[in-house]
Amino acid sequence: MTELRYLAPSTLDEAIGAFAAAGSAARILAGGTDLLVQMRSGAVKPGLIVDIKKIDEMTRIEQTADGGFRIGAAVSGMALHDHKSFGKIWPGVLEAVNLIGSKQVQGRASAGGNLCNGSPAGDSVPAMVAAGAIVTVQGPQGRREMKVEEVPAGPGRTNLKPGEILVSFILPPRPACSSDAYLRMIPRTEMDIAVVGVGVSLTLKDGVCTAARVGLGAVAPTVLLVEDAAKALIGSRLDDAALAKAASACSAACRPIDDKRGTIAYRTKVAGVLLKRTTAIAAKRASGN
Amino acid sequence: MAKVHVTTTINGEPMEYLCEPNDTMLDALRGPLGLTGSKEGCASGDCGACSITLDDSLVCSCLMLAVEAEGRELRTIEGMAQGDKLHPLQQKFLEMAALQCGICTSGMLIASDALLRKNPRPSEEEVRFWLAGNLCRCTGYDKIVRAVMETAAEMREAAQ
Repeated sequence: MTELRYLAPSTLDEAIGAFAAAGSAARILAGGTDLLVQMRSGAVKPGLIVDIKKIDEMTRIEQTADGGFRIGAAVSGMALHDHKSFGKIWPGVLEAVNLIGSKQVQGRASAGGNLCNGSPAGDSVPAMVAAGAIVTVQGPQGRREMKVEEVPAGPGRTNLKPGEILVSFILPPRPACSSDAYLRMIPRTEMDIAVVGVGVSLTLKDGVCTAARVGLGAVAPTVLLVEDAAKALIGSRLDDAALAKAASACSAACRPIDDKRGTIAYRTKVAGVLLKRTTAIAAKRASGN
Repeated sequence: MAKVHVTTTINGEPMEYLCEPNDTMLDALRGPLGLTGSKEGCASGDCGACSITLDDSLVCSCLMLAVEAEGRELRTIEGMAQGDKLHPLQQKFLEMAALQCGICTSGMLIASDALLRKNPRPSEEEVRFWLAGNLCRCTGYDKIVRAVMETAAEMREAAQ
């Protein structure tokens, strides 16, 4: 049996040093709601666990000077929920994060873990993609930024380089009349994995959509940024014709699997339906801002 | 494997134990600490029978490493009653028969208590969503939800 070591460093440099030195045997521990299950089932047998929750930057929620947010990769869903202003500015990101598992899971699970777990069905990811979030990653070669949609590489895989750790999400400042929303389709009301998930973020000016981003989950090997759907919404008054065009773009982007949760035909159709519903919620919220 | 020495606070009492780096908090509670009120149902964070609070945050102790408790404050079902005096939720669960086999009960109580500390006036919908991570195979949930609602109402009255 391999000796398992547990480290809880208080600095990022220390964490990266240990994580990079241990190579593929090392795992990062944030909330642990995926890692502990994988260890228990024997799917993962780490030689080193690096707990990042003692690193201040990893657990901090910060409103930046320009009105954006910087959210540490290990911030729990419950901590984000309890933040006084985050949910007012990014209600879609918050509702997506708060759909991950039970209240018990939300007490631990983080958006950073959700992203790095690499599941195509991770609920927070389409909402972060729609939000235009940028992630900061740091490794032995230093710090760099990536668009959130560039992180997933396929089921269970990311484009982080060996030794790199996800540090934080940066959400941009919000213009007036902007908001976002996230909806997922599951066969029950709680505690399930998305069959389809759609995140929409948009800005309105005098009833016209001036900016939009659409993130689509659980219908391809990675979460998708659907630029054609956003293009169909931008410049429109979100009328039926624009919504139909954006819905078709979402359906066209789908490359889903066929499984017990949903067939290819079902997921493809639902992607379009959810786009319309999610856009309606985001638009309603935006017009109140 | 080298055992790790952990110093923590459980139900207000300083505690220490030795654990393996891959032991879960539930392993430590039910093993060296002898606190067997937290139950193992699924061991994968789905059933909530092992619910505890970690620095006032509701968590599944099966999804937490025992080494992570170092310097933290935990509360388990064993700390809920004050001596012989049951917590109002415990009393109400008994009165309203909100349990049958009892396996889920400690988790239900810890989760309900965490809800009422955060929100003393939950709606039925809020109670049902909050307890969605606590599975019960006996009661059909109705008695549990009603017991939590009733306790919340009585605790609000008592607080006035």
